[in-house]
Amino acid sequence: MISATPRFFLGKTARLACILTLVSVLAFTLVSMSPIDPVTAYIGIDRMQISTEQERLIIERWGLDKPATERFFLWAGNVLRGDLGDSMIFNEPVIDVIAKRFKTSLWLMLSAWPLSGVLGFLLGVLAGMRRGSLLDRGIRLYAYTLASTPSFWLGLVLLAIFSVSLGLTPICCATPPGVSPADATLWERIQHLILPAVTLSVVGVAQIALHTREKMIDAMESDYALFAFAQGESRFGVACRHALRNVALPAVTLQFASLGELFGGSVLAEQVFSYPGLGRATVEAGIRGDVPLLLGITLFSAIFVFFGNFMADLLYGVLDPRIRIGREVSQ
Amino acid sequence: MNGSSIMHSPSTSLADRLRLMDGRGRAAWTVGLCCLYFASLAVTAWLMDDSGLSTDFMNRKLAPSLAYPFGTDWLGRDMLVRTVKGLCRSLGIGLMAAVFSSFVSAGLGIAAATLGPRVDAAVSGLIDLVMATPHLVLLILVSFACGGGATGVVVAVTVSHWPRLARIIRAEVLQLRQAEFIRLSHRMGRSPLWIARHHMLPHVLPQFVIGLILLFPHAILHAAGLTFLGFGLSPHNPSIGILLAESMRHLSTGYWWLAVLPGLSLVVTVKLFDVLGNRLRLITEPRTSQV
Repeated sequence: MISATPRFFLGKTARLACILTLVSVLAFTLVSMSPIDPVTAYIGIDRMQISTEQERLIIERWGLDKPATERFFLWAGNVLRGDLGDSMIFNEPVIDVIAKRFKTSLWLMLSAWPLSGVLGFLLGVLAGMRRGSLLDRGIRLYAYTLASTPSFWLGLVLLAIFSVSLGLTPICCATPPGVSPADATLWERIQHLILPAVTLSVVGVAQIALHTREKMIDAMESDYALFAFAQGESRFGVACRHALRNVALPAVTLQFASLGELFGGSVLAEQVFSYPGLGRATVEAGIRGDVPLLLGITLFSAIFVFFGNFMADLLYGVLDPRIRIGREVSQ
Repeated sequence: MNGSSIMHSPSTSLADRLRLMDGRGRAAWTVGLCCLYFASLAVTAWLMDDSGLSTDFMNRKLAPSLAYPFGTDWLGRDMLVRTVKGLCRSLGIGLMAAVFSSFVSAGLGIAAATLGPRVDAAVSGLIDLVMATPHLVLLILVSFACGGGATGVVVAVTVSHWPRLARIIRAEVLQLRQAEFIRLSHRMGRSPLWIARHHMLPHVLPQFVIGLILLFPHAILHAAGLTFLGFGLSPHNPSIGILLAESMRHLSTGYWWLAVLPGLSLVVTVKLFDVLGNRLRLITEPRTSQV
């Protein structure tokens, strides 16, 4: 069905372009609808102290006197040329802010994402291997409870236990106070990463565990498992030698397809731990009315989600021998 | 007790089932107990006077005790009162968003299944668009567009949560349209509207109601998250999200109860709604209801 041919890539690129166009129209419409006055949001409490002359200058500089459609095409034209505009709150080009912040977030995501995948997969396999057992019921209860737990609250609880009561981990930020990210040692960085990463990984565990469990049950009840049982293979042996590989594939693709939730989760986790990543920048942009940054992050997050789904599609075709061979035969 | 009031069909075997505790009877009991919890939560919030909300500097920052089961905050306000009131407010907002969202799902799902391939393509495009950005980014964008406030939260959650249920309803209606009894009814001269009301609605309605209930946990969690981030509700009228956001400032000084207990009650409430939806599905779905 899906193959890594030039046509596949071409189709995906066209789809990405289409999605990005729609997302930018939607995002721009939403932002223009906002009753929040960007000038007030930018200046804050000192709003009363600036003269109308200064206000006019700001409005002109940002082009707010033009109608929304004209502004959209101006912005879209700049975006096509690779210029996302300047962030109002950081006083830097949006591209630089996103790149810098994303690098910090990437550490967090890279430590949480594999953790949730591996943990969720293991739990799912264990539960599915012995359906209805005490272990299965325990894991299912755990996963369902996790699904109704707000991740940010879990972060607060972890913070209260490990940082405040036990004093094992730092309270906030990505580096010790007063130390710039460039000077921080690797250990310091890891220490600051532990709790946010655990909080973030929790989000993904439940989904992947429940999904893997279903697939595992299917595999254990399949004909090939029955055949292996008939040959005298133990339950554990069937699970390891026969079911595991079949179950691993959907888990890997699901893990890639859940990048959007990882991004959303990182926004909340970064807020709890004051971790200066892209998620916190999103919140600040939203609260302080930094429209260019908000639009830039929206586009970036759409690309991020698309990349995850794209990898999932690609891996499904590349990793699954049945799909691969089936295609070769049909060609 | 409460279980029987949920099941309006006065089947004679229901009493036996409740006593026998088979799968269906147990499910009915669970549903009843969940409803009892929500009812008692609402009644408690209604009965509580606001005296617990006034500042009381004599009893500041007390750890949980018998007099104050949830402790007091830095202004001496009773955290139990604040939690119950906040929980009700969060529930109200989540419920409103879930109801709106499921109506959007029903409308678009049915439209996609009945109004031809063009509308179908448009709806699936719309679903792709909503799914193209992470939920939370869309929530922030929409809440920003609405200028924050409770309305912003409700609209944001409504806009971002309909695709899943819309897909389910679309598939259900598509399947129904091909069903033999529907086509037969059509041949016998019934109008499409009559068929929709008498043949389709009884099938789609349970799906819709359960979809609505299962949507609710997501809605309340996302509403709480959005509020926690600082979008939306004002601090004067606290919801759970606000309570947790406030507690963050006092966490480092060791006032753990400000965060732990309100959050825990939110988890319990959301979990019970999840249980309620899944049990109801168990009861109404013909495939599992006899187990």
